[in-house]
Amino acid sequence: MTTQEAFYNYIVRLGDDSLILGQRISEWCGHGPILEEDIALTNIALDLIGQTNNLYELAVSIENKGKNIDQLAFLRLEKEYSNLLLVEQPNVDFGYTIVRQFFFDVYRKLVFESLCNSTDERLAGIAEKSLKETKYHLKHSSEWVIRLGDGTEESHRRVQEAVNTLWKFTDELFYQDEVDQNVIELGLGVDNSIFKATWNTHVEQVLTEATLTIPTNSWQHTGGRKGIHTEHFGYLLSEMQYMQRAYPNMEW
Amino acid sequence: MSSKEWPLWEVFIRSKQGLSHKHVGSLRAADAQMAIDNARDVYTRRSEGISIWVIESKLVTASDPDESAEFFEPSESKIYRHPTFYNVPDGISHM
Repeated sequence: MTTQEAFYNYIVRLGDDSLILGQRISEWCGHGPILEEDIALTNIALDLIGQTNNLYELAVSIENKGKNIDQLAFLRLEKEYSNLLLVEQPNVDFGYTIVRQFFFDVYRKLVFESLCNSTDERLAGIAEKSLKETKYHLKHSSEWVIRLGDGTEESHRRVQEAVNTLWKFTDELFYQDEVDQNVIELGLGVDNSIFKATWNTHVEQVLTEATLTIPTNSWQHTGGRKGIHTEHFGYLLSEMQYMQRAYPNMEW
Repeated sequence: MSSKEWPLWEVFIRSKQGLSHKHVGSLRAADAQMAIDNARDVYTRRSEGISIWVIESKLVTASDPDESAEFFEPSESKIYRHPTFYNVPDGISHM
């Protein structure tokens, strides 16, 4: 694998995480629990799609084969997407949505903080801009985890259930393969293993404040980075890609 | 839903340094922190502000519309209270 290929894959992975989570959250549009939260979720979805835009632009310029970013976003097959399994998990209810977001935000903040020092200036620039957005997302999701966990009996039960179900996708946040090794060596990407402990401490701290517990079941699910997705992903893609598939090359 | 509705909050936004906070609207939130967050999402999405105040609507004491005649009309005939005889120098904005 050449450096160019590794860096391209690395950026596409970052972009895929943003795109798929953005698509998932956008499903809340018009369905939020209250108007204010509906707007908050939609804002977050838009931030994520904006990040995707910047990251895919960088990816296609690295690849230099004249692709456009719509092809990346809408015309790949399921196996060609390399997002984390966590972000493709269904919304289920507001509690699941918030827990998924919280696990991701803690991780994403650490990633972007490190990427601000990337040896690639374009990526460092994207990281700096995205970090500000991510810090707000994290504030939003953390406050909700605490509110729901330490709220009513029902909110506690539901959000604990979400933690139990989604925990098995959290090890994958720290997945590494030859793509990562390549970009870490050159200082282009981050070594996410160095902040695993920080992630754990942060998550534990918030969950404790929310009176929630981390499941002890240690079985973990991976595969997203290699294009092996959960059964939910195909449905998400068919909805997301419908327009480009039905009306090729359309713009709007 | 109505019996479980969160309290109403009034939102004030300062659009830039040097200007005062202006009332922009209201929203629902469970507590002050959520009210600030919601105000950020609802009222500053298009860069409308650099500072937000929120206050629970029930804490606002308002004048009585039925008293508006004795409250406000007496001042209408007193034009000498307006500083209309001064020229505002060029370059002074926000007056």
